[in-house]
Amino acid sequence: MNNNETIRRFPCTVCPMGCELTVDVDKLTVTGNGCPRGAAYGVAEVTHPTRTLTTTVALRGCDRVVAVRTDKPIPKELLLPAMDFVRDYVAPENVQPGAVLVKGFMGTDANLVVTGK
Amino acid sequence: MANEKTNALPEIKVGLLVIGAGPAGLAAAVAAYDRGVRDILICERQDFAGGILPQCIHNGFGLKRFGEELTGPEYAGRYEKMAEERGIRIEYGATVTKLSHDRHATVLSDKGMRVYAADAVILAMGCRERPRGALPVVGTRPAGIYTAGCAQKMVNRMGLLPGREIVILGSGDIGLIMARRMTLEGAHVKAVCEVMDHPGGLRRNIVQCLDDFGIPLYLSTTVVEVEGDERVTSVTLAEVDERRRPIPGTERKVPCDTLLLSVGLIPENELTRQAGIEIDPVTNGAAVRENRETSIPGVFACGNVLHVHDLVDFVSEEGEIAGNAAADYLENAKKIETAPVAKIVAKNGVRYTVPELIGNGNTPKVTVFFRVSDSFRDATLIAENENGQILAKKVRRMVPGEMQRVDLPREKLVGTVTLSVATQG
Repeated sequence: MNNNETIRRFPCTVCPMGCELTVDVDKLTVTGNGCPRGAAYGVAEVTHPTRTLTTTVALRGCDRVVAVRTDKPIPKELLLPAMDFVRDYVAPENVQPGAVLVKGFMGTDANLVVTGK
Repeated sequence: MANEKTNALPEIKVGLLVIGAGPAGLAAAVAAYDRGVRDILICERQDFAGGILPQCIHNGFGLKRFGEELTGPEYAGRYEKMAEERGIRIEYGATVTKLSHDRHATVLSDKGMRVYAADAVILAMGCRERPRGALPVVGTRPAGIYTAGCAQKMVNRMGLLPGREIVILGSGDIGLIMARRMTLEGAHVKAVCEVMDHPGGLRRNIVQCLDDFGIPLYLSTTVVEVEGDERVTSVTLAEVDERRRPIPGTERKVPCDTLLLSVGLIPENELTRQAGIEIDPVTNGAAVRENRETSIPGVFACGNVLHVHDLVDFVSEEGEIAGNAAADYLENAKKIETAPVAKIVAKNGVRYTVPELIGNGNTPKVTVFFRVSDSFRDATLIAENENGQILAKKVRRMVPGEMQRVDLPREKLVGTVTLSVATQG
Protein backbone atom coordinates (compact mmCIF):
# COMPACT_ATOMS: atom_id res chain seq x y z
CA MET A 1 0.00 0.00 0.00
CA ASN A 2 1.18 3.49 -0.80
CA ASN A 3 2.06 5.53 2.34
CA ASN A 4 1.17 8.67 0.50
CA GLU A 5 -2.60 8.34 0.39
CA THR A 6 -3.05 11.60 -1.51
CA ILE A 7 -2.11 9.73 -4.72
CA ARG A 8 -4.14 6.67 -5.69
CA ARG A 9 -3.57 4.39 -8.67
CA PHE A 10 -6.23 2.05 -10.00
CA PRO A 11 -7.50 0.83 -13.35
CA CYS A 12 -10.36 2.70 -14.97
CA THR A 13 -13.46 0.56 -15.30
CA VAL A 14 -15.61 2.83 -17.45
CA CYS A 15 -14.97 0.71 -20.51
CA PRO A 16 -13.03 -2.47 -21.25
CA MET A 17 -9.84 -0.54 -22.20
CA GLY A 18 -8.76 -0.51 -18.55
CA CYS A 19 -6.53 2.62 -18.54
CA GLU A 20 -4.32 2.89 -15.44
CA LEU A 21 -5.43 6.05 -13.63
CA THR A 22 -3.42 8.13 -11.18
CA VAL A 23 -5.62 10.35 -9.04
CA ASP A 24 -4.51 13.13 -6.72
CA VAL A 25 -7.05 12.82 -3.91
CA ASP A 26 -6.56 16.42 -2.64
CA LYS A 27 -6.45 18.28 -5.91
CA LEU A 28 -8.84 15.80 -7.59
CA THR A 29 -6.74 15.68 -10.75
CA VAL A 30 -6.55 12.58 -12.93
CA THR A 31 -3.79 11.42 -15.27
CA GLY A 32 -3.45 8.27 -17.37
CA ASN A 33 -7.04 8.45 -18.62
CA GLY A 34 -7.67 7.91 -22.32
CA CYS A 35 -10.92 9.88 -22.41
CA PRO A 36 -12.91 12.46 -20.38
CA ARG A 37 -15.14 9.74 -18.97
CA GLY A 38 -12.07 8.24 -17.33
CA ALA A 39 -11.28 11.53 -15.60
CA ALA A 40 -14.81 11.75 -14.22
CA TYR A 41 -14.61 8.13 -13.06
CA GLY A 42 -11.25 8.73 -11.35
CA VAL A 43 -12.66 11.63 -9.33
CA ALA A 44 -15.88 9.78 -8.48
CA GLU A 45 -13.95 6.71 -7.36
CA VAL A 46 -12.01 8.64 -4.69
CA THR A 47 -14.99 10.78 -3.59
CA HIS A 48 -18.21 8.74 -3.91
CA PRO A 49 -17.82 5.48 -5.88
CA THR A 50 -20.90 4.39 -7.83
CA ARG A 51 -21.91 1.27 -9.77
CA THR A 52 -24.68 0.33 -12.16
CA LEU A 53 -26.77 -2.49 -10.70
CA THR A 54 -27.85 -5.19 -13.14
CA THR A 55 -29.97 -8.05 -11.86
CA THR A 56 -33.27 -9.82 -12.44
CA VAL A 57 -36.73 -9.52 -10.90
CA ALA A 58 -39.60 -11.98 -10.67
CA LEU A 59 -42.45 -11.65 -13.18
CA ARG A 60 -46.05 -11.84 -12.02
CA GLY A 61 -47.85 -14.99 -13.13
CA CYS A 62 -44.73 -16.52 -14.60
CA ASP A 63 -42.00 -18.87 -13.35
CA ARG A 64 -39.09 -17.03 -14.89
CA VAL A 65 -37.33 -13.73 -14.31
CA VAL A 66 -36.67 -10.62 -16.38
CA ALA A 67 -33.41 -8.65 -16.56
CA VAL A 68 -33.34 -5.13 -15.09
CA ARG A 69 -30.77 -2.36 -14.54
CA THR A 70 -30.44 0.99 -12.89
CA ASP A 71 -30.40 3.61 -15.65
CA LYS A 72 -27.64 5.47 -13.77
CA PRO A 73 -24.94 4.27 -11.41
CA ILE A 74 -25.98 4.23 -7.75
CA PRO A 75 -23.71 4.57 -4.69
CA LYS A 76 -21.66 1.39 -4.33
CA GLU A 77 -22.76 0.85 -0.73
CA LEU A 78 -26.38 0.59 -1.91
CA LEU A 79 -25.76 -2.50 -4.09
CA LEU A 80 -26.50 -5.11 -1.42
CA PRO A 81 -29.44 -3.22 0.19
CA ALA A 82 -30.84 -2.80 -3.33
CA MET A 83 -30.64 -6.56 -3.85
CA ASP A 84 -32.68 -7.06 -0.65
CA PHE A 85 -35.35 -4.82 -2.16
CA VAL A 86 -35.22 -6.48 -5.57
CA ARG A 87 -35.56 -9.98 -4.09
CA ASP A 88 -39.09 -9.20 -2.91
CA TYR A 89 -40.10 -7.18 -5.94
CA VAL A 90 -42.45 -8.66 -8.54
CA ALA A 91 -42.77 -6.95 -11.93
CA PRO A 92 -46.12 -6.73 -13.70
CA GLU A 93 -46.62 -9.33 -16.42
CA ASN A 94 -45.83 -8.39 -20.02
CA VAL A 95 -43.36 -5.62 -19.15
CA GLN A 96 -41.34 -4.55 -22.18
CA PRO A 97 -37.65 -3.56 -22.43
CA GLY A 98 -37.26 0.08 -21.42
CA ALA A 99 -40.21 0.09 -18.99
CA VAL A 100 -39.50 1.96 -15.73
CA LEU A 101 -40.33 -0.31 -12.80
CA VAL A 102 -39.20 1.88 -9.89
CA LYS A 103 -38.66 5.64 -10.10
CA GLY A 104 -36.10 7.16 -7.73
CA PHE A 105 -34.73 3.69 -6.96
CA MET A 106 -33.46 3.35 -3.35
CA GLY A 107 -33.84 7.11 -2.86
CA THR A 108 -31.36 7.94 -5.65
CA ASP A 109 -32.10 9.77 -8.88
CA ALA A 110 -31.75 6.47 -10.79
CA ASN A 111 -34.67 4.40 -12.06
CA LEU A 112 -34.94 0.63 -12.16
CA VAL A 113 -35.71 -0.25 -15.79
CA VAL A 114 -36.40 -3.46 -17.71
CA THR A 115 -33.67 -4.57 -20.15
CA GLY A 116 -34.70 -8.12 -21.04
CA LYS A 117 -37.69 -9.74 -22.67
CA MET B 1 -21.44 -33.62 -52.49
CA ALA B 2 -25.12 -34.17 -51.93
CA ASN B 3 -25.80 -37.88 -51.49
CA GLU B 4 -28.98 -39.68 -52.47
CA LYS B 5 -30.55 -39.38 -49.06
CA THR B 6 -30.03 -35.62 -49.02
CA ASN B 7 -31.55 -35.37 -52.48
CA ALA B 8 -34.74 -36.94 -51.18
CA LEU B 9 -35.29 -33.98 -48.84
CA PRO B 10 -37.05 -30.84 -50.07
CA GLU B 11 -34.42 -28.50 -51.48
CA ILE B 12 -35.00 -24.77 -51.17
CA LYS B 13 -32.88 -22.16 -52.91
CA VAL B 14 -31.71 -19.19 -50.83
CA GLY B 15 -29.39 -16.32 -51.68
CA LEU B 16 -27.58 -15.85 -48.38
CA LEU B 17 -27.85 -18.35 -45.56
CA VAL B 18 -26.60 -17.14 -42.17
CA ILE B 19 -26.08 -19.83 -39.55
CA GLY B 20 -26.75 -18.36 -36.12
CA ALA B 21 -28.74 -15.28 -35.02
CA GLY B 22 -26.26 -14.13 -32.38
CA PRO B 23 -24.49 -10.77 -32.61
CA ALA B 24 -22.23 -11.94 -35.47
CA GLY B 25 -25.02 -13.40 -37.58
CA LEU B 26 -27.38 -10.47 -37.03
CA ALA B 27 -24.71 -7.88 -37.90
CA ALA B 28 -23.70 -9.89 -40.99
CA ALA B 29 -27.28 -10.18 -42.23
CA VAL B 30 -27.97 -6.48 -41.64
CA ALA B 31 -24.78 -5.45 -43.46
CA ALA B 32 -25.56 -7.74 -46.44
CA TYR B 33 -29.09 -6.35 -46.61
CA ASP B 34 -27.80 -2.80 -46.60
CA ARG B 35 -25.60 -3.69 -49.55
CA GLY B 36 -28.63 -4.82 -51.54
CA VAL B 37 -28.95 -8.52 -50.74
CA ARG B 38 -32.63 -9.31 -50.23
CA ASP B 39 -32.89 -13.10 -50.20
CA ILE B 40 -31.48 -13.66 -46.71
CA LEU B 41 -32.36 -16.40 -44.25
CA ILE B 42 -30.95 -16.77 -40.74
CA CYS B 43 -31.22 -20.22 -39.13
CA GLU B 44 -31.17 -20.06 -35.33
CA ARG B 45 -31.30 -23.19 -33.22
CA GLN B 46 -32.71 -21.45 -30.14
CA ASP B 47 -36.16 -19.87 -30.05
CA PHE B 48 -34.80 -16.35 -29.60
CA ALA B 49 -32.20 -14.10 -31.24
CA GLY B 50 -29.09 -12.60 -29.67
CA GLY B 51 -27.08 -15.76 -28.99
CA ILE B 52 -25.54 -15.63 -25.54
CA LEU B 53 -26.39 -11.93 -24.98
CA PRO B 54 -29.88 -12.32 -23.43
CA GLN B 55 -28.30 -14.09 -20.45
CA CYS B 56 -25.44 -11.55 -20.15
CA ILE B 57 -27.52 -9.09 -18.15
CA HIS B 58 -24.51 -7.06 -16.96
CA ASN B 59 -23.57 -3.80 -18.65
CA GLY B 60 -20.46 -2.86 -20.59
CA PHE B 61 -21.60 -3.79 -24.09
CA GLY B 62 -21.75 -1.38 -27.00
CA LEU B 63 -19.38 1.38 -25.90
CA LYS B 64 -17.60 1.26 -29.24
CA ARG B 65 -20.64 0.54 -31.43
CA PHE B 66 -23.23 2.79 -29.84
CA GLY B 67 -21.18 5.08 -27.59
CA GLU B 68 -23.13 3.97 -24.53
CA GLU B 69 -22.95 1.18 -22.00
CA LEU B 70 -25.66 -1.35 -22.68
CA THR B 71 -26.53 -4.65 -21.06
CA GLY B 72 -26.43 -7.83 -23.15
CA PRO B 73 -30.21 -7.96 -23.71
CA GLU B 74 -30.22 -4.28 -24.73
CA TYR B 75 -27.34 -4.77 -27.18
CA ALA B 76 -29.03 -7.82 -28.70
CA GLY B 77 -32.30 -5.87 -28.86
CA ARG B 78 -30.68 -3.17 -31.01
CA TYR B 79 -29.55 -5.66 -33.63
CA GLU B 80 -32.77 -7.65 -33.47
CA LYS B 81 -34.64 -4.43 -34.22
CA MET B 82 -32.35 -3.66 -37.17
CA ALA B 83 -33.00 -7.13 -38.60
CA GLU B 84 -36.73 -6.76 -37.99
CA GLU B 85 -36.89 -3.31 -39.64
CA ARG B 86 -35.31 -4.80 -42.74
CA GLY B 87 -37.66 -7.76 -42.77
CA ILE B 88 -34.79 -10.25 -42.55
CA ARG B 89 -36.22 -13.74 -42.07
CA ILE B 90 -35.12 -15.69 -39.01
CA GLU B 91 -36.14 -19.32 -38.57
CA TYR B 92 -36.12 -20.18 -34.89
CA GLY B 93 -35.65 -23.64 -33.46
CA ALA B 94 -33.86 -24.51 -36.70
CA THR B 95 -30.61 -26.44 -36.28
CA VAL B 96 -28.23 -26.84 -39.18
CA THR B 97 -27.12 -30.45 -38.87
CA LYS B 98 -25.01 -30.71 -41.99
CA LEU B 99 -23.12 -28.43 -44.32
CA SER B 100 -21.58 -29.53 -47.60
CA HIS B 101 -18.77 -27.91 -49.54
CA ASP B 102 -21.25 -26.89 -52.26
CA ARG B 103 -23.16 -24.81 -49.69
CA HIS B 104 -26.06 -27.16 -49.09
CA ALA B 105 -27.24 -26.96 -45.48
CA THR B 106 -29.49 -29.63 -43.96
CA VAL B 107 -31.79 -28.02 -41.41
CA LEU B 108 -33.87 -29.70 -38.75
CA SER B 109 -36.76 -28.01 -36.99
CA ASP B 110 -40.30 -28.80 -35.88
CA LYS B 111 -41.27 -28.25 -39.52
CA GLY B 112 -39.20 -31.29 -40.39
CA MET B 113 -35.99 -31.63 -42.34
CA ARG B 114 -35.05 -29.76 -45.46
CA VAL B 115 -32.02 -28.65 -47.43
CA TYR B 116 -31.19 -25.05 -48.19
CA ALA B 117 -29.11 -24.66 -51.32
CA ALA B 118 -27.40 -21.33 -50.69
CA ASP B 119 -25.46 -19.11 -53.08
CA ALA B 120 -23.46 -17.81 -50.12
CA VAL B 121 -23.17 -18.93 -46.49
CA ILE B 122 -22.07 -17.01 -43.40
CA LEU B 123 -20.91 -19.15 -40.50
CA ALA B 124 -21.86 -17.43 -37.22
CA MET B 125 -22.32 -20.36 -34.86
CA GLY B 126 -20.41 -18.84 -31.95
CA CYS B 127 -18.53 -20.86 -29.37
CA ARG B 128 -19.21 -23.13 -26.43
CA GLU B 129 -17.66 -23.58 -23.02
CA ARG B 130 -14.88 -26.02 -22.31
CA PRO B 131 -16.46 -28.68 -20.08
CA ARG B 132 -15.13 -30.46 -17.01
CA GLY B 133 -14.22 -33.52 -19.04
CA ALA B 134 -11.55 -31.48 -20.79
CA LEU B 135 -9.79 -30.73 -17.48
CA PRO B 136 -7.33 -32.86 -15.56
CA VAL B 137 -9.39 -32.77 -12.35
CA VAL B 138 -9.84 -36.12 -10.59
CA GLY B 139 -12.48 -37.08 -8.07
CA THR B 140 -16.10 -38.13 -7.97
CA ARG B 141 -18.93 -37.06 -10.25
CA PRO B 142 -21.34 -35.34 -7.86
CA ALA B 143 -24.01 -32.76 -8.71
CA GLY B 144 -22.96 -29.14 -8.28
CA ILE B 145 -20.40 -28.75 -11.07
CA TYR B 146 -21.49 -26.25 -13.70
CA THR B 147 -19.86 -24.28 -16.45
CA ALA B 148 -20.10 -20.57 -15.63
CA GLY B 149 -22.30 -19.92 -18.65
CA CYS B 150 -24.71 -22.67 -17.63
CA ALA B 151 -24.96 -21.16 -14.13
CA GLN B 152 -25.48 -17.76 -15.75
CA LYS B 153 -28.41 -19.08 -17.74
CA MET B 154 -29.94 -20.64 -14.62
CA VAL B 155 -29.66 -17.44 -12.59
CA ASN B 156 -30.42 -14.82 -15.22
CA ARG B 157 -32.98 -16.55 -17.40
CA MET B 158 -34.58 -19.19 -15.22
CA GLY B 159 -34.33 -17.54 -11.81
CA LEU B 160 -32.57 -20.52 -10.20
CA LEU B 161 -29.59 -20.34 -7.85
CA PRO B 162 -27.22 -23.26 -8.60
CA GLY B 163 -25.66 -23.28 -5.12
CA ARG B 164 -24.75 -21.37 -1.93
CA GLU B 165 -21.07 -21.96 -1.24
CA ILE B 166 -19.18 -21.42 -4.45
CA VAL B 167 -15.66 -22.00 -5.78
CA ILE B 168 -14.90 -20.73 -9.27
CA LEU B 169 -12.13 -22.21 -11.40
CA GLY B 170 -10.87 -19.82 -14.06
CA SER B 171 -10.73 -16.04 -14.04
CA GLY B 172 -12.10 -15.53 -17.54
CA ASP B 173 -14.71 -12.81 -17.86
CA ILE B 174 -17.68 -15.15 -17.47
CA GLY B 175 -16.22 -16.56 -14.25
CA LEU B 176 -15.64 -13.07 -12.84
CA ILE B 177 -19.10 -11.86 -13.86
CA MET B 178 -20.65 -14.92 -12.22
CA ALA B 179 -18.67 -14.34 -9.00
CA ARG B 180 -20.42 -10.97 -8.67
CA ARG B 181 -23.77 -12.29 -9.82
CA MET B 182 -23.81 -15.17 -7.33
CA THR B 183 -22.73 -12.78 -4.55
CA LEU B 184 -25.53 -10.33 -5.34
CA GLU B 185 -28.00 -13.22 -5.27
CA GLY B 186 -26.89 -14.15 -1.77
CA ALA B 187 -24.41 -16.95 -2.43
CA HIS B 188 -20.95 -16.97 -0.86
CA VAL B 189 -18.11 -17.06 -3.38
CA LYS B 190 -15.17 -18.45 -1.39
CA ALA B 191 -12.48 -18.37 -4.05
CA VAL B 192 -11.72 -17.70 -7.68
CA CYS B 193 -8.70 -19.76 -8.80
CA GLU B 194 -6.60 -19.08 -11.87
CA VAL B 195 -3.98 -21.53 -13.11
CA MET B 196 -2.04 -18.75 -14.88
CA ASP B 197 -0.03 -16.15 -12.99
CA HIS B 198 -2.30 -13.37 -14.29
CA PRO B 199 -6.07 -13.00 -14.44
CA GLY B 200 -7.76 -14.16 -17.62
CA GLY B 201 -10.50 -11.55 -17.71
CA LEU B 202 -10.61 -7.80 -18.30
CA ARG B 203 -9.27 -5.56 -15.55
CA ARG B 204 -12.57 -3.78 -15.10
CA ASN B 205 -14.10 -7.13 -14.17
CA ILE B 206 -11.41 -7.83 -11.57
CA VAL B 207 -12.26 -4.50 -9.93
CA GLN B 208 -16.04 -4.53 -10.28
CA CYS B 209 -16.71 -8.22 -9.79
CA LEU B 210 -14.09 -9.33 -7.24
CA ASP B 211 -12.53 -6.33 -5.45
CA ASP B 212 -15.88 -4.60 -4.89
CA PHE B 213 -17.13 -7.62 -2.95
CA GLY B 214 -13.87 -8.73 -1.33
CA ILE B 215 -13.81 -12.02 -3.26
CA PRO B 216 -10.30 -13.53 -3.14
CA LEU B 217 -8.49 -14.34 -6.40
CA TYR B 218 -5.78 -17.02 -6.15
CA LEU B 219 -3.35 -16.90 -9.07
CA SER B 220 -1.17 -19.89 -10.08
CA THR B 221 -3.72 -22.06 -8.31
CA THR B 222 -5.99 -24.79 -9.61
CA VAL B 223 -8.55 -27.34 -8.47
CA VAL B 224 -6.91 -30.76 -8.26
CA GLU B 225 -9.77 -32.78 -6.81
CA VAL B 226 -13.52 -32.66 -6.38
CA GLU B 227 -15.06 -34.41 -3.36
CA GLY B 228 -18.65 -35.42 -2.61
CA ASP B 229 -21.04 -38.30 -3.32
CA GLU B 230 -24.41 -36.94 -4.39
CA ARG B 231 -23.44 -33.29 -4.17
CA VAL B 232 -20.08 -31.50 -4.13
CA THR B 233 -18.92 -31.20 -0.50
CA SER B 234 -15.48 -29.70 -1.09
CA VAL B 235 -12.76 -29.13 -3.65
CA THR B 236 -9.02 -29.36 -3.17
CA LEU B 237 -6.94 -26.43 -4.41
CA ALA B 238 -3.22 -26.54 -5.07
CA GLU B 239 -0.64 -24.03 -6.22
CA VAL B 240 1.02 -24.76 -9.55
CA ASP B 241 4.56 -24.26 -10.81
CA GLU B 242 5.51 -22.34 -13.94
CA ARG B 243 4.60 -25.37 -16.05
CA ARG B 244 1.17 -25.48 -14.41
CA ARG B 245 1.92 -28.68 -12.49
CA PRO B 246 0.40 -28.82 -8.98
CA ILE B 247 3.07 -28.36 -6.28
CA PRO B 248 2.90 -31.21 -3.72
CA GLY B 249 2.29 -29.99 -0.19
CA THR B 250 0.32 -26.90 -1.23
CA GLU B 251 -3.06 -28.68 -1.29
CA ARG B 252 -5.91 -27.33 0.80
CA LYS B 253 -9.50 -28.43 1.01
CA VAL B 254 -12.23 -25.80 0.61
CA PRO B 255 -15.73 -26.87 1.72
CA CYS B 256 -18.33 -25.83 -0.88
CA ASP B 257 -21.45 -27.14 -2.59
CA THR B 258 -20.79 -25.78 -6.07
CA LEU B 259 -17.87 -25.55 -8.50
CA LEU B 260 -18.20 -23.20 -11.46
CA LEU B 261 -15.87 -23.67 -14.42
CA SER B 262 -14.79 -20.73 -16.52
CA VAL B 263 -11.94 -22.41 -18.32
CA GLY B 264 -12.13 -21.28 -21.89
CA LEU B 265 -14.33 -21.14 -24.93
CA ILE B 266 -14.11 -23.31 -28.02
CA PRO B 267 -15.35 -22.09 -31.43
CA GLU B 268 -18.15 -24.40 -32.52
CA ASN B 269 -16.86 -25.55 -35.89
CA GLU B 270 -18.40 -29.00 -36.46
CA LEU B 271 -20.21 -27.75 -39.58
CA THR B 272 -17.09 -25.95 -40.79
CA ARG B 273 -15.03 -29.13 -40.55
CA GLN B 274 -17.78 -31.19 -42.13
CA ALA B 275 -17.78 -28.89 -45.15
CA GLY B 276 -14.04 -29.48 -45.47
CA ILE B 277 -13.09 -25.88 -44.69
CA GLU B 278 -9.48 -25.31 -43.70
CA ILE B 279 -9.11 -24.68 -39.94
CA ASP B 280 -6.42 -22.60 -38.19
CA PRO B 281 -5.01 -24.88 -35.47
CA VAL B 282 -4.46 -21.97 -33.06
CA THR B 283 -7.82 -20.19 -33.29
CA ASN B 284 -9.75 -23.44 -33.89
CA GLY B 285 -11.73 -21.42 -36.41
CA ALA B 286 -11.60 -21.25 -40.18
CA ALA B 287 -8.50 -19.77 -41.79
CA VAL B 288 -9.85 -16.68 -43.56
CA ARG B 289 -8.91 -13.83 -45.86
CA GLU B 290 -9.39 -10.25 -44.76
CA ASN B 291 -13.01 -10.30 -46.00
CA ARG B 292 -13.57 -13.36 -43.74
CA GLU B 293 -13.91 -15.71 -46.69
CA THR B 294 -12.95 -19.28 -45.82
CA SER B 295 -11.13 -21.77 -48.04
CA ILE B 296 -14.47 -22.44 -49.78
CA PRO B 297 -15.50 -19.54 -52.05
CA GLY B 298 -18.80 -18.02 -50.99
CA VAL B 299 -18.53 -19.30 -47.42
CA PHE B 300 -17.62 -16.68 -44.83
CA ALA B 301 -17.12 -16.84 -41.05
CA CYS B 302 -17.38 -14.19 -38.34
CA GLY B 303 -17.60 -13.74 -34.59
CA ASN B 304 -16.71 -16.32 -31.97
CA VAL B 305 -16.92 -19.23 -34.40
CA LEU B 306 -13.89 -17.72 -36.11
CA HIS B 307 -11.91 -16.73 -33.01
CA VAL B 308 -13.03 -16.00 -29.47
CA HIS B 309 -13.51 -12.26 -28.97
CA ASP B 310 -13.57 -10.38 -25.67
CA LEU B 311 -15.84 -7.57 -26.85
CA VAL B 312 -19.14 -8.04 -28.65
CA ASP B 313 -18.54 -4.71 -30.41
CA PHE B 314 -15.73 -6.39 -32.37
CA VAL B 315 -17.96 -9.39 -33.08
CA SER B 316 -20.49 -7.08 -34.71
CA GLU B 317 -17.73 -5.35 -36.66
CA GLU B 318 -16.51 -8.70 -37.95
CA GLY B 319 -20.10 -9.66 -38.82
CA GLU B 320 -20.29 -6.54 -40.97
CA ILE B 321 -17.05 -7.43 -42.75
CA ALA B 322 -18.43 -10.89 -43.57
CA GLY B 323 -21.86 -9.51 -44.54
CA ASN B 324 -20.33 -6.98 -46.93
CA ALA B 325 -18.06 -9.64 -48.42
CA ALA B 326 -21.01 -11.99 -48.96
CA ALA B 327 -22.84 -9.15 -50.74
CA ASP B 328 -19.78 -8.58 -52.96
CA TYR B 329 -19.62 -12.27 -53.72
CA LEU B 330 -23.31 -12.50 -54.64
CA GLU B 331 -23.11 -9.38 -56.82
CA ASN B 332 -20.22 -10.82 -58.70
CA ALA B 333 -20.73 -14.55 -58.25
CA LYS B 334 -18.86 -15.54 -61.37
CA LYS B 335 -15.73 -13.62 -60.47
CA ILE B 336 -12.58 -15.63 -60.90
CA GLU B 337 -11.24 -16.73 -57.55
CA THR B 338 -7.60 -15.86 -57.23
CA ALA B 339 -5.09 -17.40 -54.90
CA PRO B 340 -4.30 -15.34 -51.79
CA VAL B 341 -1.54 -12.79 -52.43
CA ALA B 342 -0.08 -13.00 -48.92
CA LYS B 343 -0.07 -15.16 -45.83
CA ILE B 344 0.30 -13.69 -42.35
CA VAL B 345 2.35 -15.75 -39.92
CA ALA B 346 2.27 -15.10 -36.16
CA LYS B 347 5.74 -15.19 -34.58
CA ASN B 348 7.61 -14.21 -31.38
CA GLY B 349 4.98 -13.02 -28.95
CA VAL B 350 2.07 -13.02 -31.40
CA ARG B 351 -0.11 -16.09 -30.88
CA TYR B 352 -2.42 -15.81 -33.87
CA THR B 353 -3.79 -13.37 -36.41
CA VAL B 354 -7.17 -13.04 -38.12
CA PRO B 355 -7.11 -12.87 -41.10
CA GLU B 356 -4.41 -15.43 -41.86
CA LEU B 357 -4.57 -14.79 -45.62
CA ILE B 358 -4.72 -11.64 -47.75
CA GLY B 359 -6.72 -11.67 -50.96
CA ASN B 360 -7.04 -9.19 -53.77
CA GLY B 361 -9.19 -6.57 -52.04
CA ASN B 362 -8.97 -2.87 -52.79
CA THR B 363 -9.04 -1.04 -49.46
CA PRO B 364 -5.77 0.84 -48.80
CA LYS B 365 -5.44 -0.71 -45.32
CA VAL B 366 -6.00 -4.20 -43.97
CA THR B 367 -7.01 -4.43 -40.32
CA VAL B 368 -5.47 -7.45 -38.64
CA PHE B 369 -6.76 -8.70 -35.28
CA PHE B 370 -4.27 -10.60 -33.15
CA ARG B 371 -3.53 -11.87 -29.68
CA VAL B 372 -0.22 -11.85 -27.87
CA SER B 373 1.10 -14.85 -25.94
CA ASP B 374 2.61 -12.80 -23.07
CA SER B 375 2.17 -9.45 -21.36
CA PHE B 376 4.21 -6.68 -22.97
CA ARG B 377 4.94 -3.12 -21.94
CA ASP B 378 6.52 -0.52 -24.26
CA ALA B 379 7.15 -3.06 -26.98
CA THR B 380 7.33 -2.75 -30.76
CA LEU B 381 5.01 -4.58 -33.07
CA ILE B 382 6.80 -5.53 -36.28
CA ALA B 383 5.37 -6.66 -39.63
CA GLU B 384 7.90 -7.73 -42.24
CA ASN B 385 8.32 -9.85 -45.35
CA GLU B 386 11.16 -10.77 -47.71
CA ASN B 387 11.12 -7.20 -49.06
CA GLY B 388 11.85 -5.78 -45.61
CA GLN B 389 9.97 -4.10 -42.79
CA ILE B 390 6.35 -3.15 -43.48
CA LEU B 391 5.51 -1.63 -40.13
CA ALA B 392 7.13 -1.01 -36.75
CA LYS B 393 4.68 0.35 -34.22
CA LYS B 394 5.34 1.22 -30.59
CA VAL B 395 2.74 -0.27 -28.26
CA ARG B 396 2.34 0.80 -24.64
CA ARG B 397 0.69 -2.31 -23.30
CA MET B 398 -0.49 -5.65 -24.64
CA VAL B 399 -1.89 -8.54 -22.58
CA PRO B 400 -3.03 -12.01 -23.72
CA GLY B 401 -6.58 -11.47 -22.47
CA GLU B 402 -7.23 -8.48 -24.70
CA MET B 403 -7.44 -8.73 -28.47
CA GLN B 404 -5.20 -6.31 -30.35
CA ARG B 405 -5.54 -4.82 -33.81
CA VAL B 406 -3.22 -3.21 -36.31
CA ASP B 407 -3.71 -1.65 -39.75
CA LEU B 408 -1.27 -2.77 -42.44
CA PRO B 409 -0.76 -1.05 -45.82
CA ARG B 410 -2.24 -3.35 -48.46
CA GLU B 411 0.21 -2.60 -51.27
CA LYS B 412 3.08 -4.03 -49.19
CA LEU B 413 1.32 -7.26 -48.26
CA VAL B 414 2.83 -9.92 -50.51
CA GLY B 415 4.41 -13.29 -49.86
CA THR B 416 4.83 -14.38 -46.27
CA VAL B 417 4.30 -11.53 -43.81
CA THR B 418 5.37 -12.19 -40.25
CA LEU B 419 3.88 -10.29 -37.32
CA SER B 420 5.96 -10.32 -34.15
CA VAL B 421 6.71 -8.39 -30.96
CA ALA B 422 10.15 -6.97 -30.15
CA THR B 423 11.00 -5.78 -26.66
CA GLN B 424 13.68 -3.16 -26.09
CA GLY B 425 16.70 -4.67 -24.34
